[in-house]
Amino acid sequence: MIPASFDYHQPKTLSEAIGLLSRLGEGAKVLSGGQSLLPLLKLRLGSAGHLVDIGRVPGLEDIREEGGFLKIGGRARESDLEHSDVVRKKYPILADTAAVIADPLVRNMATVGGNLAHGDPANDHPATMLALGATVVATGSKGERTIPIDQFFTGLFETALAHDEILTEIRIPVPPPKSGGAYVKLERKVGDFATAGAAAQLTLGAGGEVVRAGIGLTNAGMTPVRAAAAEKFLQGKKLDEATVRQAARLAADAADPSPDRRGSVEYKREMARVLTARALKRAASRAQGA
Amino acid sequence: MAMHRIRVKVNGAAHESEVESRLLLVHYLREMLRLTGTHIGCDTTHCGACTVLLDGRPVKSCTVLAVQADGRDVMTVEGLEKDGKLDPIQEGFFQEHGLQCGYCTPGMMMTSHALLQRNPNPSEGEIRQAISGNLCRCTGYVNIVKSVQHAAAAARSRS
Ligand SMILES: Cc1cc2nc3c(=O)[nH]c(=O)nc-3n(C[C@H](O)[C@H](O)[C@H](O)COP(=O)(O)OP(=O)(O)OC[C@H]3O[C@@H](n4cnc5c(N)ncnc54)[C@H](O)[C@@H]3O)c2cc1C
Ligand code: FES
Ligand code: FES
Repeated sequence: MIPASFDYHQPKTLSEAIGLLSRLGEGAKVLSGGQSLLPLLKLRLGSAGHLVDIGRVPGLEDIREEGGFLKIGGRARESDLEHSDVVRKKYPILADTAAVIADPLVRNMATVGGNLAHGDPANDHPATMLALGATVVATGSKGERTIPIDQFFTGLFETALAHDEILTEIRIPVPPPKSGGAYVKLERKVGDFATAGAAAQLTLGAGGEVVRAGIGLTNAGMTPVRAAAAEKFLQGKKLDEATVRQAARLAADAADPSPDRRGSVEYKREMARVLTARALKRAASRAQGA
Repeated sequence: MAMHRIRVKVNGAAHESEVESRLLLVHYLREMLRLTGTHIGCDTTHCGACTVLLDGRPVKSCTVLAVQADGRDVMTVEGLEKDGKLDPIQEGFFQEHGLQCGYCTPGMMMTSHALLQRNPNPSEGEIRQAISGNLCRCTGYVNIVKSVQHAAAAARSRS
């Protein structure tokens, strides 16, 4: 399969890339790892007059802690995240997520930024970023702005990014002590999108009670879903069996999945419940340092 | 038609070519450079038959544009053999019967070669995880895992 013709641009700096996007208008698209965009263009499910390849723009690949945040560069690859020491040590929820996205070969090209910018509720990072309370940094012709993750996903394949904006960084608050997170995904085979997936990030207090809970669901609606009622319910509670069960039920209530070859609505909602319970338990044991 | 001049190093040799923006890396390698060892299986980013190394990392060349490889280093299955001597991974597939029809083999070997560069002594789990993006319809993977283990042992005893 060969994509329809397009023109290709290879900017060497961020400002050159932004300049191209503003000049070329709506017909131009950012090309990063290409692992979502190229399959769409090859299948001719999408088209673009111009691709602006940000692959040569320097300074967008770092993953580091700085100023109270984990900063993930807009072009950091999934495989970099998966193998990053700081991520494996302090953000196991991100390592969990990267390891179940697509397959190891796709992850060598696919970027974390692209995973969010694609606006696909079937992608795995959106749920994780909701759970972590991330912020997206967008840079465009009007300069830089930050977008809270809750305002980032505006519709199916739609995000808050303006067409001349580039996602340049993802910021995740450094978790306080006694924090832990986990991402659990049900997939039919390696490389498949989630039948259901749940991300949970917890911070516990001195007595083991929940101080903060973040829960996000994958493939549970037109946009990535935050299980807000479940998060609220967990506030101040200890994570005993009954509490986890009730939180998981509330999370499943927030899911509004579509039926497809991966399963019916009922099945997917039930899987969202089961996976939320597992993610919460794993997050809690990691928060307790177990 | 949007054309671009690209410079790519393939198996150590520098190439300069005029390509269309939409040309896929796998077509560039097979049709322009006539390196037909890289296969096309699914053409939809699933099977890994088209795996090549881009700056040392295994990627699916049916889902990379030739222009994205501009200024980069590509290694294909043809680059494994050196001076008439098989790479340990080729020797491993040969000795352990790691292939039947051979369709997945170039991709399997490129992925495994990259794994061994990064991790010279992988566990069975690590091997299976590394090749999880490469599909084989024939072998059931058992002999592929043995082939990679054979290559790892050979490389260890050599160094
Ligand atoms: C076989 C296969 C299986 C997959 N399975 C999974 C899976 O299980 N889970 C999952 O989450 N994903 C999966 N994916 C998708 C893959 O992980 C995403 O494609 C990838 O993360 C997107 O990143 P990219 O760099 O490849 O983006 P691209 O394909 O380059 O771009 C995707 C979209 O985002 C825009 N974009 C990209 N980067 C930026 C930026 N920095 N600023 C502004 N806009 C940008 C592009 O314009 C485009 O619209 C799979 C893909 C394949 C091919
Ligand atoms: S041909 Fe590229 S992944 Fe199948
Ligand atoms: S040997 Fe036939 S597909 Fe692997």
